[in-house]
Amino acid sequence: MKYAYYPGCSLEKTQRGYDESVRAVFKALDQELVEIDDWNCCGATMYMSVKETVSLAVSARNLALGERMGLDILAPCSSCFTTLSKTNRILNEIPEMRRDVNEALAEGGLSYSGKVKVRHPLDILMNDIGLEAVRARFQRNLNGLKIAPYYGCQIVRPDKTFDDRENPMLLDRLFRACGGDVVYFPMKLRCCGGMLMTTFEETALKLNKELLECALDNGADVMVTTCPLCHMNLEAYQGKINNFYKTTFNIPIIYFTQLLGIALGLPAKSLGLDSSFIPLGKKVTTLTEVFYA
Amino acid sequence: MEHATHQLPGLMTRTEADLRQIFLRQVEAIPAGERIKRCIQCGTCTGSCPVSYAMDISPRQLIALFRAGELETIMRSRSIWICASCYACTTRCPSGIKITDVIYALKRTVMEKEYESKAPQVQVLAKLFVDNLMSYGRLHEGTLIRKYYMKTGIFKLFGFIPLVKKMLETKRLALFPKKIKEHKSLSRIIKKAQEIEMRHVPEKLEYSPEFVGYRGLGDMKLESRKGE
Ligand code: SF4
Ligand code: SF4
Ligand code: SF4
Ligand code: SF4
Repeated sequence: MKYAYYPGCSLEKTQRGYDESVRAVFKALDQELVEIDDWNCCGATMYMSVKETVSLAVSARNLALGERMGLDILAPCSSCFTTLSKTNRILNEIPEMRRDVNEALAEGGLSYSGKVKVRHPLDILMNDIGLEAVRARFQRNLNGLKIAPYYGCQIVRPDKTFDDRENPMLLDRLFRACGGDVVYFPMKLRCCGGMLMTTFEETALKLNKELLECALDNGADVMVTTCPLCHMNLEAYQGKINNFYKTTFNIPIIYFTQLLGIALGLPAKSLGLDSSFIPLGKKVTTLTEVFYA
Repeated sequence: MEHATHQLPGLMTRTEADLRQIFLRQVEAIPAGERIKRCIQCGTCTGSCPVSYAMDISPRQLIALFRAGELETIMRSRSIWICASCYACTTRCPSGIKITDVIYALKRTVMEKEYESKAPQVQVLAKLFVDNLMSYGRLHEGTLIRKYYMKTGIFKLFGFIPLVKKMLETKRLALFPKKIKEHKSLSRIIKKAQEIEMRHVPEKLEYSPEFVGYRGLGDMKLESRKGE
């Protein structure tokens, strides 16, 4: 299948590991990604501060571009995924809103009829391509690597999307199939605080500390993420958490597409694994090195 | 009578009536927004909220206060700014109330009224985010963070030096913001959307000392709109 790829602002540079691994994994599974030309920021955070019509129009511009390509949109960033999906839903359910937004889009020579679907890579991997087809491509067994699957709060909420809203299982099933040992991780959906790390730092530090603690207590070697913002909080702020709470966390945080890429036997470099702040640890590096030795 | 400082019990003050008008207009834009009427005060939202411990007014209380005609109290709370929009409450509410979206509507009401809030830093961030988007069409995190700390506490910027170093080492830092090609057309879209929004704003707010509680919600013409 072919998808209109919407990387979103974080994936462009600061979270290049996610961008590179999504592209590499999809390519390895014979899926074509065409980046939406000249996409703009989905406007997640501005949602609260400007008029409804404005935030809808900003995010709808991307939907319109996708519709013009005749493709469904692939949005790996959870925040983009939620924002674009929400806009899509409002435009489909409230005709007056669609009319207003289209009037604004016309100023840029665009229009949106509501046909595009917004998809997350995990959904496509598990529900379209299917676990069996993915499994057939595995090159490397994850050898019992202990994995804490962190879904983050947005990919299965608020609307019923592609996995259970209380106990999602797709990541669990995917990595069990790769030979990973997916540990008990009851905080799989607990929010990391997102932008609170900037605005209410202490609250966010606490939320992230609890997540790391939960992963560690259950014996995880790595924590797998699906969202650039969670990833940033858990990875880049791990040192700060340690300073603040006098803890000694040193848990590698890795995108689910990076780990899947390892299982698919893709070169570490193509997965952006060299962009990690926290050493990936012996267990992960052995997996990649043995393979490339 | 209507200008008396002491209202009859159950009647709204003028400020409350103003706020209500703005807020209810926001709620109208939420699919199935009218379900806010159906809160049974069970507290599931508060219990599910990862940050309710840090709030001054819990999510359940927010709804109760709104019903009681105390929007002004909510506007001055720090709760609405701590909400991380994680949708845990919304997913679990037995009455199907979109609490997260209601909180967004409250945030917007504050921004529209330019109220002084207990968490001005959130408004600073939100405004900078909008500026950033307006100037480039994409978010440049470096610019956003730098400007944010310049406004809220410059010394904190030094704390970012080690992170910046790491980001440079791993080629994760975009030094300069990048403009999208169709930047002009995006600005036109935004300008038009602003105009359209203004059409829906009544020029003068009518003061009506309606009863608070459910009667205050009486004329929300939303029941016909389909929900989930
Ligand atoms: S969610 Fe964040 S990263 Fe994604 S496009 Fe929006 S602002 Fe950019
Ligand atoms: S867990 Fe954090 S970063 Fe991830 S979606 Fe939720 S708030 Fe956003
Ligand atoms: S969960 Fe829903 S019904 Fe229960 S108190 Fe919260 S808003 Fe009201
Ligand atoms: S959306 Fe906001 S209020 Fe609701 S549970 Fe999450 S943080 Fe709490």
